[in-house]
Amino acid sequence: MSSGLYIHVPFCRSKCPYCAFYSIPSPSLIPIWFDGLKKEVLLYKGQFDPFDSLYVGGGTPTFLDNRTLTGLIDHLFTHLDFAPDTEFTVEANPCDLTDEKTETLRGLGINRINVGVQSFDEHVLSFLGRRHGVREVNGALDRLRRFRFKNVGIDLIYGFREQGLKGWLNTLDNALSFQPEHISCYQLTFEKKTVFGRLRDKGQIEPLMESEEAAHFLATSQHLENKGYIHYEISNFAKDDLCRSRHNQKYWRHIPYLGLGPSAHSFHGKKRWWNVRSIKKYCNAVEKGRPPVEGCETLTDEQLWLEALSLGLRTSSGIDLGTVNSIPQSKMVLSSLQTSGLVKVIDGKIIPTREGFLVADQLPVCFFEGV
Amino acid sequence: MKSEKQVQNPESSMQNIRNFSIIAHIDHGKSTLADRLIQVTGLVEDRDFRDQILDNMEIERERGITIKSQAITLPYVNRKGQAFVLNLIDTPGHVDFSYEVSRALASCEGVLLLVDAVQGVEAQTLANLYAAMEHDLEIIPVINKIDLPSADIDRVKEQIEVDLGLDSDLAILCSAKEGTGIEDVLEAITNQVPPPSSVAEGPLEALIFDAHYDPFRGTIVSCRLFSGSVRSGDIIRLMYNGATYKVEEVGVFRLEREPKNRLSAGEVGYIISGIKTVSDTRIGDTITLDHDPAPAPLPGFKEVKPVVFASVYPVASDDYRSLVEALDKYKLNDAALIFQKDSSAALGLGFRCGFLGLLHLEIVQERLEREFDQSIIMTSPTVQYRFTLTNGEEVTVDNPAYYPDPVTIEQAFEPYIRASILIPERYMGAVMELCLERRGVNSQFNYPTPGRIEILFDLPLAEVVYDFYDNLKTVTQGYGSFDYDLIDYRESDLIKLDILMNGEKVDALAQIVHREGARPRALLACKRLKEEIPRHLFKIAIQGAIGGTIIARSTITPFRKDVTAKCYGGDITRKRKLLEKQKKGKKRMKMVGSVSIPQSAFVAVLKSDIG
Repeated sequence: MSSGLYIHVPFCRSKCPYCAFYSIPSPSLIPIWFDGLKKEVLLYKGQFDPFDSLYVGGGTPTFLDNRTLTGLIDHLFTHLDFAPDTEFTVEANPCDLTDEKTETLRGLGINRINVGVQSFDEHVLSFLGRRHGVREVNGALDRLRRFRFKNVGIDLIYGFREQGLKGWLNTLDNALSFQPEHISCYQLTFEKKTVFGRLRDKGQIEPLMESEEAAHFLATSQHLENKGYIHYEISNFAKDDLCRSRHNQKYWRHIPYLGLGPSAHSFHGKKRWWNVRSIKKYCNAVEKGRPPVEGCETLTDEQLWLEALSLGLRTSSGIDLGTVNSIPQSKMVLSSLQTSGLVKVIDGKIIPTREGFLVADQLPVCFFEGV
Repeated sequence: MKSEKQVQNPESSMQNIRNFSIIAHIDHGKSTLADRLIQVTGLVEDRDFRDQILDNMEIERERGITIKSQAITLPYVNRKGQAFVLNLIDTPGHVDFSYEVSRALASCEGVLLLVDAVQGVEAQTLANLYAAMEHDLEIIPVINKIDLPSADIDRVKEQIEVDLGLDSDLAILCSAKEGTGIEDVLEAITNQVPPPSSVAEGPLEALIFDAHYDPFRGTIVSCRLFSGSVRSGDIIRLMYNGATYKVEEVGVFRLEREPKNRLSAGEVGYIISGIKTVSDTRIGDTITLDHDPAPAPLPGFKEVKPVVFASVYPVASDDYRSLVEALDKYKLNDAALIFQKDSSAALGLGFRCGFLGLLHLEIVQERLEREFDQSIIMTSPTVQYRFTLTNGEEVTVDNPAYYPDPVTIEQAFEPYIRASILIPERYMGAVMELCLERRGVNSQFNYPTPGRIEILFDLPLAEVVYDFYDNLKTVTQGYGSFDYDLIDYRESDLIKLDILMNGEKVDALAQIVHREGARPRALLACKRLKEEIPRHLFKIAIQGAIGGTIIARSTITPFRKDVTAKCYGGDITRKRKLLEKQKKGKKRMKMVGSVSIPQSAFVAVLKSDIG
């Protein structure tokens, strides 16, 4: 089975107030990170099946200068094996997509660009602490088409009072006007240790009520499906089946993936491991020829089952009926979930409905045994 | 540490024995002082020392409380060079164990009354003082925590003088934490506590003040000898039931047991005599010699009867066998717990248990879970009711599930207590209100010291078993102390309150209540269950009903949205860990129909808003 490769670029020009990913606004560290990454690549040479997806994320990969970007991709293709039709995605910040950068990306063989648009509303963009305005967004998206990128994804954030449902649907329509192949709509989450998390705790940002969040979610799904998009995962929509993110689906299907760079996560066989969340520690480890791994776990069959259950019920592919067959009360649970309209059973698969997606964190819990 | 040579024959006579206890309001430093006395007398090397050294049980150390009485014998040479044997008897500090405390105090001649230099005299200080005075003990006031910057020694001395009526000049100043004044405390014990006035000759009279179970030696009885002596090989007789045993070993408690040739009048120590379980002994019973028995047992013996009842079920019915074993083992060391088989439609096979009070109940619950690794559900506690039926039959019911058919009930009776509540005068209004709300009658007031008031009330036991004490502490800001005696059964208008979950009766949640209190109780139960039961994917209707009439209801709204937005690399492990927790949690829930009810809900139904 073909594996996925993820590269974590832990740099941003500035930190967004809602973001909990590992990234730092220190371009001076890029050279040592890059040296480290090149060494880490060598540690895994020949250990994974050929990759048929490569995803460069972060952070902000387009924050890297063209030389570093080119050097990085060259290094990967020199030392690791890729399938001929590899899905090759790079996350991009609209600000960075100049003609020159876009051309470079194109020249590197990147065939999918995921743009961190977040919103098409000037006020919302500034609330979210984004560096770009609507003008940069429009310009970047036009440019990508101009440079013949055939697979463009747009990332959006929604589900907060400062935007409102009307504003959000407006943003969605703006996104749709570009006919993107892929749209990710993430409901705003107040993560610990982020600026927004602290503001929420202090009561300075008031999150939506659960019923409002639900309404936003349902409206999103409805709206995009009306436009022909496939709601194939909680937060992800594809223009057609071929436009689903090949790479991201690996996360949800227990397909092996290798994550390189500080804080990146990997999965292979029954093992998960994750890298240290510090460039310094990361570089120290690879310098000594050691994998910069902070922790790892080998999943038991029970744990694999739990993951399959919960990840599967987050996607429109659902789970096989067999996944829950061994549970004594599964028939009863299943029929009550069907009656409540939360799942459907189609061709031996349990598939969550739109309402089911909305409570996807609870669906696996229903199958757990009480006494 | 004093070397053995300096100690001049410590066993020479009763004149050199001092039996004492430390009494104090909670957190005034009782355990720390005990620790320090043990350290200063050199019984334990500093490197072997740990805090709260007398509290062996995990639960005692964790909660900072003492549950079982414990004795320790300390060698001490005073400033004049006289050698003493000091027996410290550590006592529990809760009203549930007041009988055990009374037996421990009966084994002493004096007490250290410990008062916090910052907090001053508090309710428990007074209650303890009265208990000590009842046993005619020498009382040595000790002011602790004098090292604290906010210590107000003058004010505390005045309280000792005025509130306690003791001579504040005799109060010893110490800081158990810093170790200052500890020798003064020891000197005062030797100088002020009288030696035991026991009779060396004469038949054996030993008061049992505690018993605990040792897996290798059987029951270890802690006792105080008032007359005669006992040695290994003697045949002893327990005066309560006449059972006889051959003594295998006697000795005193150091940090470990220290065997001796014999125990004599005035001494405190242990007897091992092949008594299998702790339940074969009774605290407060008198041990005598079979061939030369005492004419009468020592006074004050009471058989401790349970006053609070609740059912215990294994969370998973497969674990019933294991629960049986755990209870049998538990019982080896806790004679006060009684239990018998029980079953419930909702919860399956289990046991009906009787407890001394709610703290006792909580302790049993916690120890079964922690030390015996049981997952249990405990139902809400009740008392024992009596019913006279129309056919003349009399029935006793301590489980709402066995409430008789209402049409057959001629008369219903419930147990009453006489409660004594000691408070500073300013809380009188709040406490009166609390007692009246709990159906208190026949109030009476005493004024033991200026500014203090003792309120006496007849109260239905059912009204105090659950959270009366917590509420009292809340309304009196911790200054209220409470004690009670069971007095009698009185006629009462009792009915059964059923709880329904999505239309299905849950027998384990039923309660027997007074008619007037039925609606508030039902509302409370619905409210509590709403708080305790997590949301589900469907709506849950909770109803309180009497007969077929619904008198209260609440609704648990279903989840509208519960979904994690992002689930990529690292999110997956985090998500799975949460699921593992949820899976484990659900295993500890009881399914009633398709509703999962957490264990806590079964006890929480009674918990009122204050406290």
